[in-house]
Amino acid sequence: MAIVDSTRELERQAEADERRGIGWGGTSAAEMLAESERLFGETGRYVGVDELALKDTDPIRYEKLFSRLRGGLVSARETALNISASPIVKEIGELCFALYTPEGDSVTLSTGIIVHVHTMSDAIKYMIRQGYEDDPGIAAGDIFTNNDAMIGDVHNADVQTIVPIFWEGELVGWAAGVTHEIDIGAKTPGSVPIGPISRFEDGIDLPAKKIGSNDEIWHDHVLAGLKGTRTPMYWTLDERTRLAGCHMVREAVERVILEEGIDTYKQFVREVIEDGRRTFRSRVREMLVPGRYRAPAFTELPFAKEEQLPSYARVDTLMHAPVELRITRDGMLELDYDGSSAWGYHSANCTPSSMQGALWVQLTQTLICNDKVNDGAYLGLKQNFPPGTWSNHSNPQCSTGNAWYFLIPSYTGFVKSLSRSLQARGYVEEVLAPYALTANAFQGGGVDQYGRQSATTNFGLSCVGGGAKMVLDGLDYAAAMWNPEGDMGDLEMWELIEPFLYIGQRVKPCTAGPGRHRGGSGYEALRLAWKTPFYEMQNIANGRCFIQAGLWGGYPGATGYRHNIRDTNFFDLVERGEPYPTHDPDPEDSALEKVVTGRRQFDIETTTLPELMRQGDLYLCCFRGAAGVGDPIERPYESVMEDLDGDYLLPRYAESVYGVVPGDADATARRRDEMREERGRDAVPVREWMRGERERVVAGDFIEPVRRMYAESIRLSDRWAREFREFWDLPDDFDYDVATLQVELSKAISP
Amino acid sequence: MRLDAQTLADLVDERLPRGQVRAIQSGFKDPDRFDKYLALLQERVDWDDQIVLPFGEHLYVVAKAGGSYAIKCDCGHEFCEHTDNWKLEALINVRDSDESLREIYPSKMHGDPDWNHLREYFCPGCRTLLEVEAVPPGYPVVHDFVPDLEGFYGNWLGRELPGA
Repeated sequence: MAIVDSTRELERQAEADERRGIGWGGTSAAEMLAESERLFGETGRYVGVDELALKDTDPIRYEKLFSRLRGGLVSARETALNISASPIVKEIGELCFALYTPEGDSVTLSTGIIVHVHTMSDAIKYMIRQGYEDDPGIAAGDIFTNNDAMIGDVHNADVQTIVPIFWEGELVGWAAGVTHEIDIGAKTPGSVPIGPISRFEDGIDLPAKKIGSNDEIWHDHVLAGLKGTRTPMYWTLDERTRLAGCHMVREAVERVILEEGIDTYKQFVREVIEDGRRTFRSRVREMLVPGRYRAPAFTELPFAKEEQLPSYARVDTLMHAPVELRITRDGMLELDYDGSSAWGYHSANCTPSSMQGALWVQLTQTLICNDKVNDGAYLGLKQNFPPGTWSNHSNPQCSTGNAWYFLIPSYTGFVKSLSRSLQARGYVEEVLAPYALTANAFQGGGVDQYGRQSATTNFGLSCVGGGAKMVLDGLDYAAAMWNPEGDMGDLEMWELIEPFLYIGQRVKPCTAGPGRHRGGSGYEALRLAWKTPFYEMQNIANGRCFIQAGLWGGYPGATGYRHNIRDTNFFDLVERGEPYPTHDPDPEDSALEKVVTGRRQFDIETTTLPELMRQGDLYLCCFRGAAGVGDPIERPYESVMEDLDGDYLLPRYAESVYGVVPGDADATARRRDEMREERGRDAVPVREWMRGERERVVAGDFIEPVRRMYAESIRLSDRWAREFREFWDLPDDFDYDVATLQVELSKAISP
Repeated sequence: MRLDAQTLADLVDERLPRGQVRAIQSGFKDPDRFDKYLALLQERVDWDDQIVLPFGEHLYVVAKAGGSYAIKCDCGHEFCEHTDNWKLEALINVRDSDESLREIYPSKMHGDPDWNHLREYFCPGCRTLLEVEAVPPGYPVVHDFVPDLEGFYGNWLGRELPGA
């Protein structure tokens, strides 16, 4: 070593010896995090907090502190979103802000896409663990960003801004905000791209980077953003939105510290998380019943037809999520995805951070919807997302661009299981059947009506059907599992930014899952491509698989279809003054098919790569309905009549599903008695049916995606394999002769 | 929010105005709800076995002589012990063809039965549809719920499990 190098080493060591860490009492942030985890591991309590002294001695002050901080976060969100120009953020509110401890544990949060409260916690902890305090440094006025799902996110389109909060030279917390981008510069346009098959195609990649100092975003980062997406204006303003919100949160915290004192603030953030943990644990014991719950969910990725993809990605895939929820005697809630399918060469893979985020948003809408919500709840949970599965791909090259396509179906199993438990405990008003897939995603890009390059993801998808309740029907076209405030936005706004006019938008009959209480209905929008020379449009929804059945006799929400027509006679009809269809209520008697000519796609190919559309082409966007609760023939006659009057149900299904003879309540009662008789005549004992089904299982008499789904689950989980073999009384080494490339690759990556 | 027995009955029977249901959903939960719900269910069935746990619409876990527990329908049909899968003792109808699925959903809105079919499970006693599954062919019958009765009563409610 040269002398000069040696001297520099010594100088650096001297600097380190002198420097105090940014954490409390001169420790480093990494030491604080390690100590927090040690204390939790030893005591089971957040940072070992035993007594909630502040809460116990001055409960009013404690509540005021919480309200002031939460108010600061909500205010930041409501104010900052006005900076954005993206309808996803400004109109629909796809953003949220949260406040964290120095270690990265959430203290409280705003409204909005609160999925990300825990993902941003993961991102902060990643930076601490990776030694960011030393390099690139963490100082007052610094700005960080992240959109890496392997660090702490769901998918690239959810972009985070993270700002440290200092008080008298000490790190006292972090403010963080996230917005959902309208386009993320992925291989295909939009924010939930179907098309990427590796991480390298997922778009802008910001793996926990420092992007600013002295409260200003560095110029090089701003310039890079302008080149990174198809919608640079939205990107730039969204980043300003997040930063402004974080600074508002920081100011709210500083005001509280100024007035209450730093020691009180420090005590409060510790206590409120431990309070959240205790509240969650007691809520589990107050509202649920211990036991084991199961509710497998499924979805499809049919890519064998996609000639644009390389051969190894051109396969049809059936996703299996064998969701198991265990509630233990000590009040622990354990979520287990053991037995899930393997990851794949598509964009719907997940990371533990995304899975935890989705779990979190479900909890805040169910068990902990009306109390202090923070990372305390997370400490009351255990999860198992096995490496190599879709729920935890563990592959540095895997795409997660549309992780939601797995998350959404799979978490129906959690909601369904929770509802069984709530009913068993008597809280019937809380029971909720599985929600709808938030789809179809009307998504694409090209040249818009202004002659400019653009892209869009229409967030009409945040208003699909909500699950039926035990005492009410599901919400019609007003719910999204990932945002507690479903809002489809203004059609006029979408028409301003998309080169597609709304020809009609109305309820879609028969989308709701039938039941004593039906699920919430979906709707449909008929869009006319307008003044665009080309716009490549995707279809993203389920056409082959129901994602989850309802509860106690409730059926799943319907799957959907594609009905897009190119080179149409639409303008000829207009010119001749002839009627043109504004919707497509019944695919078996399609007005679109009867009246509109052209090159037609009318099928269940509902998940596709982008295909070109241009002026005069029609795109039918069908949004899904949710699952029902209870036996449909117990649905009140009057309710079915209302469904008919409101176009929620096509007339022929009043009788075949509900046993209702419209206009005749007495005949309805007789028809329902007959249906019970018919059920007894047509149905067979389950064990008798199993004998025939077993032969099919033994022979592997399924389509290839089903055989591969079973093979992947068998090879990824000894426990699942054992139970599958035991159920069908199969040999101990039973398997299907089908290649599972991803399983073998995962074992090579993580032996 | 404390619900009296009549209000709970009205909630279950859906006689409450929407605003009141909303208030019950948003309010603090009544800690004795389990016992009130159990009492309501017990008075509505025609048999004498003691209900120890609601088990979804129409089904209950009841105490039997000799310290065992059974899953029972409100029509009186008994399926199996509470730790077993009652569906294995039910009647089943599988909708795995375009024709049968179109009785429930329009064409192109019922999925592809090669990927995913519907299984309907009926009570052999009253032919009530008790559960629907949407699963790929060959999927094991799902065992939805195995309650920990002893843990629930002994550890959570702090009292002896009836019939134990």
